[in-house]
Amino acid sequence: MADLPSSLVVTDEHLLESRSFWQDARKRFLRNRLAVFGLSLVVFFVILAVFADVLAPYPYDEAAFDRVLLFPFQNPQHPLGTDEVGRDYLSRLIFGARTSLLISFAVQGIGLLIGVPLGAAAGYLGGRTDFVISRVIEIMTAFPSLLFAILIISVLGGGIPTLILALSLSSWIGIARLTRAQVMTLREQTFITAAHALGMSQQRVISRHLLPNALTPVLIAVSFGIPLTIFAEAGLSFLGLGVNDPVASWGKMVGVSNAYVRVYWHLALFPTIAIALLMLGFSFLGDGLRDALDPQQEE
Amino acid sequence: MFRYVVGRLLSLVMVLLVVSVIVFSIMHAVPGGPFDESKGRLPEAAKENILRKYGLDKPVWQQYLNYMSHAVRFDFGIPYQQPNTTVTALIGKTWLVTVQVGIVTIIVAFSVGITAGIIAANYQNSWIDTLVTFTSTLGVTIPNFVIAMWLILFFAVMQRWLPMGGWGESSCVVGQFLCKDWILPVIAYSLAPMAIIARYTRASIVDVKRADFVRTARAKGVKPRDVMVKHVFRNAQIPMVTVLGAEIPNLITGSIFIESIFRINGLGKFFVTSTLNRDYPMIMATFLLIAALWGLMYMLTDIAYTLIDPRVRLGGRDSSG
Repeated sequence: MADLPSSLVVTDEHLLESRSFWQDARKRFLRNRLAVFGLSLVVFFVILAVFADVLAPYPYDEAAFDRVLLFPFQNPQHPLGTDEVGRDYLSRLIFGARTSLLISFAVQGIGLLIGVPLGAAAGYLGGRTDFVISRVIEIMTAFPSLLFAILIISVLGGGIPTLILALSLSSWIGIARLTRAQVMTLREQTFITAAHALGMSQQRVISRHLLPNALTPVLIAVSFGIPLTIFAEAGLSFLGLGVNDPVASWGKMVGVSNAYVRVYWHLALFPTIAIALLMLGFSFLGDGLRDALDPQQEE
Repeated sequence: MFRYVVGRLLSLVMVLLVVSVIVFSIMHAVPGGPFDESKGRLPEAAKENILRKYGLDKPVWQQYLNYMSHAVRFDFGIPYQQPNTTVTALIGKTWLVTVQVGIVTIIVAFSVGITAGIIAANYQNSWIDTLVTFTSTLGVTIPNFVIAMWLILFFAVMQRWLPMGGWGESSCVVGQFLCKDWILPVIAYSLAPMAIIARYTRASIVDVKRADFVRTARAKGVKPRDVMVKHVFRNAQIPMVTVLGAEIPNLITGSIFIESIFRINGLGKFFVTSTLNRDYPMIMATFLLIAALWGLMYMLTDIAYTLIDPRVRLGGRDSSG
């Protein structure tokens, strides 16, 4: 016994080292450098969004008509310049993060609230429930979602609540379809049958086995849905169909600057960089989450 | 096969009917139409006359039936914005531009995307592979209007090499084709599909390269070039068709953003002005057109699967395909 190398001796310490799924997932996530970079970008913008009132040097709607269209660094009080009505551009960029994140989180949240129960009901109950829900999903898929959003906004007018409504109308569809497929396949799997056979209660089977396995792909889908919503909000605001003045939105800033871009390049450059960084952040984060939560797919 | 196609077409018609009912009711559910009083008052009699002329005084369901009976004959009425023409003519005119943009973009996206994917797959994990993967991540993630703005800032504002917008207006090679003003919109528009195509091409080639039948072909002494062309590419086509089917309707129906930022008078830009003016006939027709195109494209993709891969059977039980 004493002659064995220490690495071969199994001590209590080794036996105790059992890690949960989530601990494993966190380890895999943190090993992925791009994912961590994405997460830090997202955290950075979330901080900007939450503390915009404290961080921004000026209110987002404070116009100064004597300081219109300043270039960056031209005036030390406005490091990133001012827009066409003399609003501090740095402050508007910071508040733009709030608009973007507020709308995308709200839209994906509503998508989850509608999509998960509907998809789970269709997948678990089957029969007539499944038929009705599946047909609704099928018809909604035939709508080009962005055009549908434009239609709703043209009827109801712009603004944050309308935008959230218009984008939520299509955000639940993918989530519902995914949840339905997940629940349907999981219901038939042997480990669920095994859990039942071992005498686990129905409730425990659903909470310990069915939901965690069904929701992981849904969570991944939502993490990819957020940048899509950011794109939709920015795009609609860019077309003039999104948020109303004076709310700051990166997409709107790009759209308005289109008329001045020949001279005032900074008006177009800064908001486009912000959109690109936030979208990259979310998509790296989504890739990282997928690889961390779904190790089978990595192969 | 025949039964399958008829079935798919019938369900497409059903979907289009539902789409038309939904869009029609949404547009009529809210007060305010093209002739509301916000843009100047009209005398009562004149207003009544206009409403009667366009059939807006009848109940909504009658308006809908009236509309649909004409729509099946490709008569979508008269656009409120330009009463001297028809919706069909106007859509035809603007759509022609959009289709041009779309086709040029498809050609560029597919030729560059497939080439990049093949190169990346052949030099797997080399710097070329990394470059292709990295560029395609950027192409997929960053919105096309953001990329368009960067291209404008660099090539049109900083360097003044290329025009800022338009389509078929400046230094064309042939008539109104192959123009200098095509370059920026096509690059901005093709990057995202190009990136997706490159990714899929790379992934499917890498997949097929590992397959047993490829190893067998190599083992029995088939020339490396023939292995690639006859065994790998043929089988790698299947996932590529999926992308083709998903991307083509998108590209043909046009990017609203690209058309807006480059001031191209296509269907997408026109759709935005139509919704802003509450031009019901235009909105309805555009919507139906796009929904029909989507449905048709998905159907064609499914049929293309069977042509490329005989293992795929249409509609489950039907094995006559």
